[in-house]
Amino acid sequence: MSLAARYLEEQGIPTVVYGCARDIVERCGVPRFVFSDFPLGNPTGRPYDEGSQRAVVRMGLDLLVSATAPGTTAVTPYEWSPDHTWKERVFTRAQPFLDPEATQKWLTRKTQYRELREQGQL
Amino acid sequence: MGHVRYIDKTREYYRAEGYERAYQWAHFETIPFTPFTALGKALAHCRVGLVSSAEVMRRDVEPLADDPRRLVYALPADLPSERFLSRKAAYDRYATTLEDVDAFLPLTPLQQLTAEGVIGGVAARFQVIFSEYSQRKTLSVDAPEILRQMREDEVDVALLVAV
Repeated sequence: MSLAARYLEEQGIPTVVYGCARDIVERCGVPRFVFSDFPLGNPTGRPYDEGSQRAVVRMGLDLLVSATAPGTTAVTPYEWSPDHTWKERVFTRAQPFLDPEATQKWLTRKTQYRELREQGQL
Repeated sequence: MGHVRYIDKTREYYRAEGYERAYQWAHFETIPFTPFTALGKALAHCRVGLVSSAEVMRRDVEPLADDPRRLVYALPADLPSERFLSRKAAYDRYATTLEDVDAFLPLTPLQQLTAEGVIGGVAARFQVIFSEYSQRKTLSVDAPEILRQMREDEVDVALLVAV
């Protein structure tokens, strides 16, 4: 997603990336980034909370207008829960990130991608 | 507590799973920038494009068979959020759900902000991009297709929402 933002920006379209993986987005480097310190899956506000969803979207629009330099990150004011143990549990063997079926699909896709690329279809 | 270090965590996680070569996350020394002022118009006159990586599909339309090329596709942006769902498997399924579409595809807030005149409008379609292992494919296939559609739709600014 960060790569796509960079591409659009190079072509003259100002962009904002919304995301929950701050290190990944900032390592790539994007023009403008709205970071939510939420579990992966909720980059534009808390589920079923119109107020935070609207506010987060609005932060990105404000950032579009106000940013004067690339690599600008705005951090949303929301905390997922007072208990931060979700951060410790993510990507641990006790909580495999993908379920077995999704893992299998991912491996199949990697093989398919390689084949398509060898055939010149991608 | 600080934010999650996903790069470190995934490196450790997949090493423990037996993968020897760590994924090389994209990194660049420079970052492109198009100042908003270069557009020469106010936000209230801007058409906003939206890109999602949430593998969104319509609830009311039978999905097409999976295309192994996983190309960018577009869906109408003028429908209520409730008409969409995500079939993405890669998110923190222990901590949250993808049941409320607006938490990752903010159509409702964007439609409201249009009605209030904060933005000029939302492009008629939004794009869905797959999270790809291949940075080459994102840059040579997906991103140019998003640009082509956005030019066709006369998009001024783009919001890219990463799940």
